[in-house]
Amino acid sequence: MQISMTVNGSDVTSEIEPRVLLVHYIRDVLRLTGTHWGCDTSNCGTCVVLMDGQPVKSCTVLAAMADGRAITTVEGLATGGTLDPVQQGFMQEHGLQCGFCTPGMMLTSRALLDVNPHPTDTEIREAISGQMCRCTGYATIVRSVQWAADHPQGIHEADETVEMATTDEMDQIHARIADATGEEVGA
Amino acid sequence: MQIPAPFDYARATSVADALALLERHGPESRIVAGGHSLLPMMKLRLARPEWLIDINDLFELDFILRDGNQLRVGAMTRHTTLLESAEIAGLFPIFADAERVIADPVVRNRGTIGGSLCQGDPAEDLTTVCDVLRGEAVIRGPGGERTLAMSEFHKGPYETAVGQNELLCEIRFPIRPRSGSAYEKVERRVGDWAIVAAGAAVSLADDGTIDDVAIGLTAVGVSGTIAESEAVLRGEKPREDLFVEAGRLAALASNPIADQRGPIEYKRHLSDELTRRVLRSACARAAVSPSPTTQEG
Repeated sequence: MQISMTVNGSDVTSEIEPRVLLVHYIRDVLRLTGTHWGCDTSNCGTCVVLMDGQPVKSCTVLAAMADGRAITTVEGLATGGTLDPVQQGFMQEHGLQCGFCTPGMMLTSRALLDVNPHPTDTEIREAISGQMCRCTGYATIVRSVQWAADHPQGIHEADETVEMATTDEMDQIHARIADATGEEVGA
Repeated sequence: MQIPAPFDYARATSVADALALLERHGPESRIVAGGHSLLPMMKLRLARPEWLIDINDLFELDFILRDGNQLRVGAMTRHTTLLESAEIAGLFPIFADAERVIADPVVRNRGTIGGSLCQGDPAEDLTTVCDVLRGEAVIRGPGGERTLAMSEFHKGPYETAVGQNELLCEIRFPIRPRSGSAYEKVERRVGDWAIVAAGAAVSLADDGTIDDVAIGLTAVGVSGTIAESEAVLRGEKPREDLFVEAGRLAALASNPIADQRGPIEYKRHLSDELTRRVLRSACARAAVSPSPTTQEG
């Protein structure tokens, strides 16, 4: 059957079998592999994409059911080369370690902030309660979303205020590591 | 990798179109709404329809509408909509209690009340909610529309009175003055099916005695409401010792099986305890709900 939808603002049309799941359509046909495919049973939430602005688990939606809808994947979060504030928040507050759950977490967070720009920590935890992270214990994810709530415009390169360690500070850090371990690092 | 067996797909454009598609494609065609019960079953080959009729475009079935002394809820109303509805929260707080613990927010964006009821999973929460609220199912088929009490709607696990060529269109709930309702569920983790859950709806007479009461249990093999527990309360003023007795009788009426969610004794204990809790909560809510005079005024 033929399906057409908007994915990250672009119109796509494909000939598919009706049984193809949205997650496989996005990954295997459109080659947008930022959407991850996890448990296959709508438990883990790594496959979350936005369908008409609402987070859905794409392993439990047929590609055919998305015909005529607007889909946003993690690749569609950044605009004009600038990361979405949620993406910046995950960088600033270390909202990921392995990164497997991150695309789904960020899309759900984006949808939450769209309707609730200043959520409480509890509201964030509730919003992501259908998604699993085995690295962070969720604490840094909650902080990442709060960072995005506090910086609704994000940080643009022009007004970069992210504090990076200076060369001197890095040298001090390397010296401390060398003292502690006896190994030379970061030369 | 879990992928359903091959099938053909059609998207219905109206209720009449859905019924025509069911008629045309025959007994191996099935309706899909949110798909969060049916698609997992299709992946596991527990369901293997030849045709899927998608009714997600039937916005005509997505409504919450007060109609005199009834609240009408369209079958395509999503869990999220039910949870966020101020009208439902005011009239039937049991809905918010239950919806809050059905799956998770992302799944609730897709799942529908009609889909949940038609799937008929024995651990499904809205069945108990609709039972205790004495809902009626409005079903349309080739012969027109028929209305069934929830007690006639359920035929057993995964079985309902909705015929293969029919469509559940809405559920209607009677609105009663001085009424309250509550639901409480114990689950192993967020989003899981109930180990046990209980629901109750109460309406009070002018003198504060219990005029009508309905009590239901989820996931312990009870179909319909529990008449033994209800009989203890009817005509009495709400009292803790009556709640305790109703809980005891509910546990006796329950018929749980031992599984990975717990042994029989634990589930009976929960049936007892949760029945007491929802009765306390439903009666407290009924006591502060509008009386007929304030409702008319």
